[in-house]
Amino acid sequence: MVRFAVVVFPGTNCDFETERAIRKAGAEAERVWYKTSLKDYDGVVLPGGFSYADYLRAGAIAARQEIMDKVREFAREGRPVLGICNGFQILTETGLLPGALRPNRIPRFLCRWVHLRVNDVETPFTSLYEPGEVIRMPIAHAEGNYYVDDPSKVRTVFQYSDGKGNVSEEANPNGSVLNIAAIVNERGNVLGTMPHPERASDRFLGSEDGLRLFRSMVEWARR
Amino acid sequence: MKWKVTVIVRLKEGLNDPEGRVIGNALRNLGYAVENLRVPKHFEFELESEEPEEEVEEMCRKLLANPLIHDYEYSIEPVS
Repeated sequence: MVRFAVVVFPGTNCDFETERAIRKAGAEAERVWYKTSLKDYDGVVLPGGFSYADYLRAGAIAARQEIMDKVREFAREGRPVLGICNGFQILTETGLLPGALRPNRIPRFLCRWVHLRVNDVETPFTSLYEPGEVIRMPIAHAEGNYYVDDPSKVRTVFQYSDGKGNVSEEANPNGSVLNIAAIVNERGNVLGTMPHPERASDRFLGSEDGLRLFRSMVEWARR
Repeated sequence: MKWKVTVIVRLKEGLNDPEGRVIGNALRNLGYAVENLRVPKHFEFELESEEPEEEVEEMCRKLLANPLIHDYEYSIEPVS
């Protein structure tokens, strides 16, 4: 069975939910303390939370820990690497994904449901979505305002939209360039998302739209 | 040799500084004609080093600033 490591830093707090969502999607998942090894895993997930209390910049200190060399190796080998929220911030801070996540346009913590337009279904993480589909997931972040010098060079996977899929200024919760909510690297095996798919992985949570992201990832890792 | 180092990291010109905007607005509401308030980060530390310039530059690039969105400057003085 395919096994994923869910990396836990001091301050990570979405590890249990993420582990559960991966299991529900049909793979093995284990929470792994950041000081231990990543061998024997087929993929790695950096879950949400507040690593190192978000001191300095969100994700900055976690990005400089030794374990990230191993995550880099995973990415180089073409294995799946998923970063959710704080995990996305860590991936941009390590340079595994382009750009940076700045404090929200209105500087406060945002915790609410958003609509997302699925832009790219040609990735191992989104193969089970329909192109242009509108899905629902929650966001929970203070630094989710995505910035990149040249957004045309970035593979955007999800964009903040309204319920009909219109990508408008009003539907942009945090000020991200081009309403970008999730991106994938050029090769397609490293994904960063500010919205939390694990918090949309069960009907009792209000949506199952996030589960398909894990299912796509697991299906791909199995091959 | 020991040095006293001060590093200032600020968002690049043209990038919106939300915290600065809120604080600037609050000062304006108090009646001050404040404009373009920015909130840089200020670090102070002591450093034992033979090549402090080189090391401080490296620290800024590696961790203290994110060169994509930040500019930085520093001063280095001997600890007397």
